[in-house]
Amino acid sequence: MRIEIEKVTKRLGSTLVIDAVSLEIREREFIGLLGPSGSGKTTLLRILAGLEFADEGRVLFGGRDGATLTVEARQVGIVFQHYALFGHMSVFENIAFGLKVRPRASRPPRREIAATVERLLQLVQLEGFGSRFPQQLSGGQRQRVAFARALATKPKLLLLDEPFGALDAKVRVDLRRWLRELHDATALTTVFVTHDQEEALALADRVAIMAGGRIEQVGTPTEVYEAPQTPFVYEFLGRTNAFDCVIADGRARIGDKSFPVENKLPDGPAVAFVRPHDVILRHLDDLEPSADATITSAASVRVVTVLGPKAWVELSLGAQVIAAEVAREVATQLAIAAGKSYKLQLRLPRFFQKEAKVSRPE
Amino acid sequence: MADGFALARRPDRGMSAPPRVRLPLSEPALMRGAMLALALAFLGVFLVLPLTVVFAEAFSQGARVYFAALTEPEAIAAIRLTVLTAAICVPLNTAFGLAAAWSITKFEFPGKSLLLTLIDLPFSVSPVVAGLVYVLLFGLQGLFGTWLVEHGIKIIFAVPGIALATLFVTLPFVARELIPLMDSQGTTQEEAALVLGANGRQTFLRVTLPSIKWGLLYGVLLCNGRAIGEFGAVAVVSGHIIGLTNTMPLHIEVLYNDYAFAASFAVASLLTLMALVTLAMKTILEWRVGRAAAIHVH
Repeated sequence: MRIEIEKVTKRLGSTLVIDAVSLEIREREFIGLLGPSGSGKTTLLRILAGLEFADEGRVLFGGRDGATLTVEARQVGIVFQHYALFGHMSVFENIAFGLKVRPRASRPPRREIAATVERLLQLVQLEGFGSRFPQQLSGGQRQRVAFARALATKPKLLLLDEPFGALDAKVRVDLRRWLRELHDATALTTVFVTHDQEEALALADRVAIMAGGRIEQVGTPTEVYEAPQTPFVYEFLGRTNAFDCVIADGRARIGDKSFPVENKLPDGPAVAFVRPHDVILRHLDDLEPSADATITSAASVRVVTVLGPKAWVELSLGAQVIAAEVAREVATQLAIAAGKSYKLQLRLPRFFQKEAKVSRPE
Repeated sequence: MADGFALARRPDRGMSAPPRVRLPLSEPALMRGAMLALALAFLGVFLVLPLTVVFAEAFSQGARVYFAALTEPEAIAAIRLTVLTAAICVPLNTAFGLAAAWSITKFEFPGKSLLLTLIDLPFSVSPVVAGLVYVLLFGLQGLFGTWLVEHGIKIIFAVPGIALATLFVTLPFVARELIPLMDSQGTTQEEAALVLGANGRQTFLRVTLPSIKWGLLYGVLLCNGRAIGEFGAVAVVSGHIIGLTNTMPLHIEVLYNDYAFAASFAVASLLTLMALVTLAMKTILEWRVGRAAAIHVH
């Protein structure tokens, strides 16, 4: 189902929780609302679910205004962060709930409900668990019951609130893959909320990054990661080195070096961002690339932390601390150790004009 | 002297014998024994002994006197009135408690904390004061006294007054039991039910009520216990009209003041029995709830 969010505004007392947000969700799209806590992403999800109402603006579900639709006509399923399973009901009863509460005219016969539940149990790989109670299940199993319960009413829009937040890392990755396959196999449109950028980038067709009740950027994971439009998006999507600089004639001065600026920016103070994996360490006597304008002066290593295949290096460049992510072999090859000095090559710096107000994650 | 000697020797003994391992939170055996004995003695003197005395005194003149005391018309009337009062108050306060707990825990509205405080009022106010308030409102000289007389409605020194006073005193029990429980459960189960298409009635009956049923029953039991046993507030509004406005606790007092000890203790024993049954049911409930909680852990 195609969803159009049109200038939706929501206030809570005097706080603006959602500030005139517009977003179009395409049919069968898998979209992630990504943002820090307090960015309004969960409130937006709750408005889609019909649990909150917009103060201004409207949401169209397949072209029809959500405010005029009954819950049944809206055809929405939701999985809550902590699943909200009915503790006094068996797994079977939980999944059957949405069908059993229907008015008699549209309620399927008992046998049909049982068949639907069995089919869903099979889908979430919990055959034979129908008579168990939620308390007797593991976190991952509970989550799959919550999915089955949400799918029982055959929703066209599936809403997920931090769907993997309460699970451990291993289960999380398995469920992620399962969810993506489930989405692709059905005609669902899926919207999920997360504060985990890795999860959003790994799972979604498109990501909407939210901050302070607004959508900062919408795009495919590649688009938002490679071409972030605001400093907030850049900083939120990964670890960041930020350099204060001054732009003049299409070049930026960082310290005593100047770098070419790819994107067109007016002259004046700016900030340059570089991802840690785009900071490349060079020996001081490495002559060949020193002509490259993107090489800084010497920086000394403060700490080296080896994490599996990678090494995290913290360096001091003047008063600034710079984080670099280096492949383990490279770290060994360069014999990186605390106290030693290297030149840094800054790949793919991204420049943003310095404004009076730069939104940052809280 | 002996103490000093023992103290002096102690380090010695500590070296030769392996040090006794004592858990940091456990007390010495002597201390534990003394505490336990004290608690048991206290329990015996203040709870078990009076309970035994009630039944011993009730049967002191034989079973015939005992049963005669319970079957005389005045006693029957008192028992009937007490049961009637409980039958009025318990359902009303159950409904009120549910409504109050539901609105307080599931919704945000102005005046919520005031409502919470008001619910606690009957706990903090003396029952006698509660009774007096009703006399001042509905009594002959009271605020609505003249109007009530003109319309021939009798509240004070009549059954409605007793029901009102008991209603006031037993108001907090169900609500107080449910509010923390429903608060801890939050609203997400209800929200899930709503999104799944359940209406308000279905959500309440199928989701909220089943998840609070044990807490609710517990509150109802406590409310019932108090409704049966309330003395102070009822004493003020009842007027002690024998056979008409005497509840069991009041009847016991009347008998006792008339030196009819065996009879008064007979009725008291019945009241005690009711309390014991309530207590037993409460224990069974707690056991059941405890078991449900144990399943939770698995």
